[in-house]
Amino acid sequence: MTEFQTQSETVNRQAEAAARTRRTVTRLGLGTLGMFAFAFALVPIYDVICEVTGLNGKTAGQYEYVESELVADETREIQVRFITNVNGGMSWRFGSDVGGMRVTSGGMHEAVFHAHNPTDRVMVAQTIPSVAPGRAAAFFHKTQCFCFEQQVLQPGESVEMPMRFIVDRDLPESIRTISLSYTMFDITDQVRNVHDSVGTAAGS
Amino acid sequence: MSAVIDAHHHDDHAHGPAKGITRWLYTTNHKDIGSMYLWFSFIMFLAGGVMALVIRAELFQPGHSFVDPHFFNQMTTMHGLVMVFGAIMPAFVGLANWMLPMMVGAPDMALPRMNNLSFWILPFASLMLISTLFMEGGGPDFGWTMYAPLSTTYAPDSVTFMIFAIHLLGASSIMGAINIIATILNMRAPGMTLMKMPMFVWTWLITAYLLIAVMPVLAGAVTMMLFDIHFGTSFFDAAGGGDPVLFQHIFWFFGHPEVYIMILPAFGIVSHVIPAFSRKRLFGYDSMVYATSSIAFLSFIVWAHHMFTVGMPLAGQLFFMYATMLIAVPTGVKVFNWVSTMWQGSMTFETPMLFALAFVFLFTVGGFSGVMLAIAPADYQYHDTYFVVAHFHYVLVSGALFSIFCAVYYWLPKWTGFMYSEALGKLHFWLSFIGVNVAFFPMHFSGLAGMPRRIPDYALQFANFNAWSTVGAFIFGLSQLVFLYVVIKSIRGGQKATAQVWDGAEGLEWTVPSPAPYHTFSTPPVVK
Repeated sequence: MTEFQTQSETVNRQAEAAARTRRTVTRLGLGTLGMFAFAFALVPIYDVICEVTGLNGKTAGQYEYVESELVADETREIQVRFITNVNGGMSWRFGSDVGGMRVTSGGMHEAVFHAHNPTDRVMVAQTIPSVAPGRAAAFFHKTQCFCFEQQVLQPGESVEMPMRFIVDRDLPESIRTISLSYTMFDITDQVRNVHDSVGTAAGS
Repeated sequence: MSAVIDAHHHDDHAHGPAKGITRWLYTTNHKDIGSMYLWFSFIMFLAGGVMALVIRAELFQPGHSFVDPHFFNQMTTMHGLVMVFGAIMPAFVGLANWMLPMMVGAPDMALPRMNNLSFWILPFASLMLISTLFMEGGGPDFGWTMYAPLSTTYAPDSVTFMIFAIHLLGASSIMGAINIIATILNMRAPGMTLMKMPMFVWTWLITAYLLIAVMPVLAGAVTMMLFDIHFGTSFFDAAGGGDPVLFQHIFWFFGHPEVYIMILPAFGIVSHVIPAFSRKRLFGYDSMVYATSSIAFLSFIVWAHHMFTVGMPLAGQLFFMYATMLIAVPTGVKVFNWVSTMWQGSMTFETPMLFALAFVFLFTVGGFSGVMLAIAPADYQYHDTYFVVAHFHYVLVSGALFSIFCAVYYWLPKWTGFMYSEALGKLHFWLSFIGVNVAFFPMHFSGLAGMPRRIPDYALQFANFNAWSTVGAFIFGLSQLVFLYVVIKSIRGGQKATAQVWDGAEGLEWTVPSPAPYHTFSTPPVVK
């Protein structure tokens, strides 16, 4: 009788251990899936952190402004420098008329950039802006920029691209110079791939 | 009722291993799987070692002398991937498989079939990884850190195979980790409370949680690479609105806990060996547990110290700098405890103890260079130089790898039933110890003098340091053949080992005969 009891106790204990193991495995499996999802959640989290801290000098999209609130602070001048690059081996010529300009904070200013496609094929370009120091990014507002759209240039075609911007009056006092860097990327292949996959009708 | 009794009787039949190859293919026995893990990791260790020797041969003299620079890049990449995912991690999982059930008094792992699967994924995944070297365009050549866009826009076509290999290796690690946690939490012998668990069990429990937390993140990162390469997404492509720096953040969110995954089980091993050969209880067991947990927690909030130079706000640099330096505190507690364990102990210096002592000493050297690298303003000088290479080889070779040697010598008599040759073991130790230091110590100096990593050529001023490093690397590499010989010799015979093996060793694994029978603790022991 006692032997039978110990045997059934053993069996009970084994069944209990198996149930606990199932619970543990379920929890850990869910944890694994959760962390896989977290890796992808890091992408938007990173964007938010970049926006808040100005990490990488990411600037926001098109700035909406009210004409009447545009008051220039004539007492404060800020040096804005333009840096232009084409990525990798891209053969376009891309630059601005001036290397930089002195502007007043709060006022609207315009700079003209130009691009030229010297090749014998149609190409598409996308320009990505970046502001240094990163803290200034949140105070550098673009109301019009070629970086908001893609440029399609025919062989040998040139284009002039005005860019209008406002430097916010709330720009921290310590910042006297802002560098605005544009890098132009050749996205011809990406655009073609997308068109191929959605069909030529959408492409034209 | 009779069915219950019958089932019980069936369990009582002592059945040994099956015969032939099917024993290894179908086995669910933790000891068999542990052995396979260990042999597999040793083969990968030799493969990764050959790649390291190719690198060192190229760097023996300045100028392009030995291999094509493109192949050199593939070697640095594959050496890192093979050693991390093929050698060090599987070796620790193999030790866990062999020892954890015996240490907690369990008959086997909690999930024996999954255990078989998680091992058998490895050879195929590794084969796929190494096969990239023979593909058109060559294997991955962008460093084991796989930074985008080198690993996406500019990668060779074989990168896709590398991505799937990493998915598989990660899946294997996660399954292994789930198995280990399930075993430790649910299969401990009656009376073994959490705070009575052996240190190796504790450190592996924490390591397994780290694995479950970060291996899926690595899987996510390489999946994003896959999407960028093949499906036109722009996670890391600036032209499409993505950000290459994002890759570095995600990678190192995985990568920093990963380096602790490779060192925490080592802490556990050393915490067994030093007390055994000092004939004293481990000093400060509780503080060891808390220190390990603290290190695991801190590992999640320091990742950006790998990327000080990519640009980040001052507050970020300060945070990551101080958080990183904070890790020195729990690590210091551990080193203090090991030294205090030895204090006034009656120490003897068998091979496991020699490796454990070398571990404490050389790991601390690697820890100090880590603190130097943590200093953000100084890191601008050290970043991507051979100083970094010296640092992580001191913690991974003379840290993690030495602890694996230490564990193998310590438990080998329990596995094979025979004592290994102490003279040859000591020869292996001294050759390894000298080889490691000759190979990696000069790298501190070449790094501080400004020699960059991952470049197949260098300025003349670094020639002497590099010649020394190459000589040391070959001594270290070839001395592993001695290790192989010692292990094979101990499997084939020698002086019979007693159940206790080491007179100062403590733990349930020493209560079973040597060699450990195929099934141990079918009825759980009672721990007081």
